[in-house]
Order: sequence, then structure tokens, then C-alpha cells
Amino acid sequence: MALVKDNPKVITSSKTSSSMATEKPEPKRPLIRVADFDFYYGEKQALFDINMDMKENEVTAFIGPSGCGKSTLLRCINRMNDLVEVARIGRGKIEVNGADIYDPRVDTIELRKRVGMVFQKSNPFPKSIYENVIYGLRIQGINKKSVLDEAVERCLKGAALWDEVRDRLDTSGLSLSGGQQQRLCIARALAVEPDILLMDEPCSALDPVATAKVEELIHSLKKEYTIVIVTHNMQQAARVSDKTAFFYLGKLIEMAKTDEIFMSPKNEQTEAYISGRFG
Amino acid sequence: MKRYFHEELEDVRSHLMLMGEKAIANVNLAMRALLDSDLATAQQVRAADDRIDEIEKQIDDEVARYIGLRAPVARDLRLLFVAIKASHDLERVGDEATSIAKRTAKILKTGSSTDDLGRLPRMCELAVGMLKDALHCFIDEDSTRAIAISERDEEVDSLNRENFRYFLDMMKKDPKRVDFGTEMVFISKSMERIADHAQNIAEEVYYLLTTHSLKEVIADRKSV
Repeated sequence: MALVKDNPKVITSSKTSSSMATEKPEPKRPLIRVADFDFYYGEKQALFDINMDMKENEVTAFIGPSGCGKSTLLRCINRMNDLVEVARIGRGKIEVNGADIYDPRVDTIELRKRVGMVFQKSNPFPKSIYENVIYGLRIQGINKKSVLDEAVERCLKGAALWDEVRDRLDTSGLSLSGGQQQRLCIARALAVEPDILLMDEPCSALDPVATAKVEELIHSLKKEYTIVIVTHNMQQAARVSDKTAFFYLGKLIEMAKTDEIFMSPKNEQTEAYISGRFG
Repeated sequence: MKRYFHEELEDVRSHLMLMGEKAIANVNLAMRALLDSDLATAQQVRAADDRIDEIEKQIDDEVARYIGLRAPVARDLRLLFVAIKASHDLERVGDEATSIAKRTAKILKTGSSTDDLGRLPRMCELAVGMLKDALHCFIDEDSTRAIAISERDEEVDSLNRENFRYFLDMMKKDPKRVDFGTEMVFISKSMERIADHAQNIAEEVYYLLTTHSLKEVIADRKSV
């Protein structure tokens, strides 16, 4: 699957390029690379000189106070900000699997298949559970029932929802509980077989039980996917992520292994933020 | 911004300091009982140790509550771990002081003279100095002082070995002094352990302040 319309060699799927079985696991490589990245909404600069790598099969958490730029950066990774009229890149680039996603030749539809997104508020379509899951496949023109059935089971299992809904796949997605709806949206994102899942505060509207289920799901999904999650919940970042990045006023202040950030952060601002002394 | 519950960390810190002061006072009291051949003072040490145990329990409860309710991270979390470990060390210091006091009482009841204590007074001076410095590292957040504490621990170990040989020799030369010599060997060992606990506290405070291992820093210095 190529992201670039006229040059299929520019971006390849990380899954196809890393599928060669070897006796020793290869060290994880950066799947997402942000380099010297400045971003603006009109005249207002939202991101300043961001440099960071996010490795494959790792969970990276973005933390920071509201307005620090973490969601802006998340949305830049699958070019959701293209939909904001005044949004523009100042300089720098974002690479996915080695290819610049802001290359004018990049097909944003393909990019968003490769880089799926789960939002703060679950947004199932007013359709059956079954149709919600395969929505992306239908758009791709896939209508063969056996393929769709297989995808529904695989994705609902992947989203840890199969056992709860297997007997009522034809009921509306809107009839599910909040936590189930969020997992349904994750299943829908998985159906198009992305490499990367972006999650923008996926548990902020969920109760602790539903939150725990989504967190368990994130933990199991990282075997197959690279995950970037924005969260305001420090304990959630500590529980689910391998790396944590702290943002403040549009700048990346510190990024390190999560246990380092939460046990011995290098930066005083990071320490103040995570221990509730900020502001 | 300071949150209302950060005051609770200050309580833990204050109780650790109080415990440290009481443990040091008890070591000095035990040594005073031995130097002055004073049975009443030796008995005071045993009573004062109960208060040290109470403060340790109080710190345990405060730390458990804070971890359970406040979900601390980073330096706050390190402080709580250090409080638990250091309070345990200080409780052991209190126990060693009590042990010294009990053995002193035993010596005094046999009517033995306590005018020859070998290198024990010097060991006590060093061990108490190490404890005070370890607590000052904590109050002043001065990690450099922790390194010097380690160096003094080696001196205390060496004095303990000297004491062992000295009292063994005393017992060989004068079998009537076997009971006194035996008690003194144990008292010397207690003082050496007090210095070890001071060293532990220094290591814990060093970790709190720097997130590094003091043992590794000292090993690196020695290898240069």
C-alpha cells in the first residue's frame, strides 16, 4: 500500500517492510519522525521546533496542559489539520515509515488509512455494529461477505468487544455503552489495517471500568500497532505508555522512557507538571 | 503551585527529622551511660526507644496513605520510599542504642569498671557525626556530603576491628575481664552497625537528590 499517488516507492507499510522473520528481534526503529517542525494556526504559532521519534510497536503518550500543542501535533501525524483552513506548516517535516507525509504527492486518504484515529468522544455511525466496523472497507469497494465477516470478527476481537456483541451485530452501534462505543470506534479504525493508531484522550468520557478495558486494549494492540495517545490523566500515561513526551506552550520540553519521566524527570517543568505543582 | 496535600509530604519529612534527632540522642545517651557508669541513664535509653518506634509507625502510616490517595510520582515518590527506608534504619539505630544500654547495665551490675573502652568513644563520635551529616544531607539537600559519610564508615569498620583485637587481648591477659570484654565486643559491633545505618541513610538521601546510586559513584571514584 503506497501513500503517494504517483510514486509507490516513497512510503511502504511498516508491516510489509518488517515482516521478515529473524531469530533475534531487530531493535525497534522510528516509525514516526518529527523533525524541526513548526506549525501555525493563522499568525499564531502552535508548535515550535518539534523533534521526536516514535518507535514501532511502542505506545507514546503526549502530556501537557491544555493548549500546549499535544493534540495539534497528534492531528498533524495524519494531516487532520489539513481540514482547518488557517492551519499551515512553518518548517520541518513529519515522516511516517521514512516518507514525508506533507509531500504534495501524498494521498491523504491513504495516509489516514495507514494512520488511524480514535477521538475523545466516541463517534459510531448510526448504523449496525457490523456496518460500523466495515465502513472503511465498504468505502474501499470491498463487498465480499466472507471477507467482511472475517474483518468484523478479527477487528471486534482486536478491540476486545467480540464477546460482548457477537450475538447482536445487527443492532445499532449507538445502542452500546460509552466504553463499548469507544472500543467499536477502535475496531472500525483497525478494519483498514493501519500501522499507527492516534488516540486523542480516548478515555476522557469513560468510567473507570471502561477506561481499564481501553487501557488493556491499548496494551495488547501495541504488539501489532504503533500507538500515540494524548491524555490529561497522568496515571493513564504512566500505565499505558512506553515513552512519554511533555509539551508546554507549543514546545516539546522532555521526552523519555515513561518510567524515567515519572520517576526521575530531567526537566523541572516536567517534574512540576506531573506532580501537580504546575501553574 | 503548591497543592493542599503537599503539606502532608512536609509532615513525613518533619517526622523523619524528629526520628533522626531522637535516634541520635539515644545513641549519645547510651554512650553517656557507659562512660559515666550510670545505670539510671542506661534505663532511660530503653524507655526512649519506644518513642522512636512510634514515630516509625506514624511515618509508615503517612507514606501508605499518601501513596494510596495522592498517586505521587518523581521526587515525591522517591521521598516517600526514602522515608520508609530511612525510618527503618533509624529504628534499627534506636535498637542498637538499646542493645548498648542493656549490655552497659549488665556490665554495671557485675561491678566491672568501665574506664577502659578501647576505641569505642572515637567510634561513637564518628557514628553520631555520620548520622548528623546524613540528616543534614536531607535537610540541606546536599548530596556531596553523602560521599564523605561513606569514607568515614570505613574508619568505623577499622576501629571495630581494632576493638575486637584489643578486647580479645584483654580477655586473654586477664580472664576475670572475660564478661566485660565479651560485652564490649558486642557493644563495639552495635556501634559499627549504627555507622552502617548512617551510611544507608546517606545512600538513600543521595538517591532521593540525584536518582543515582552512591555505591556506584564511590566505586567509580575509587577506580579512577
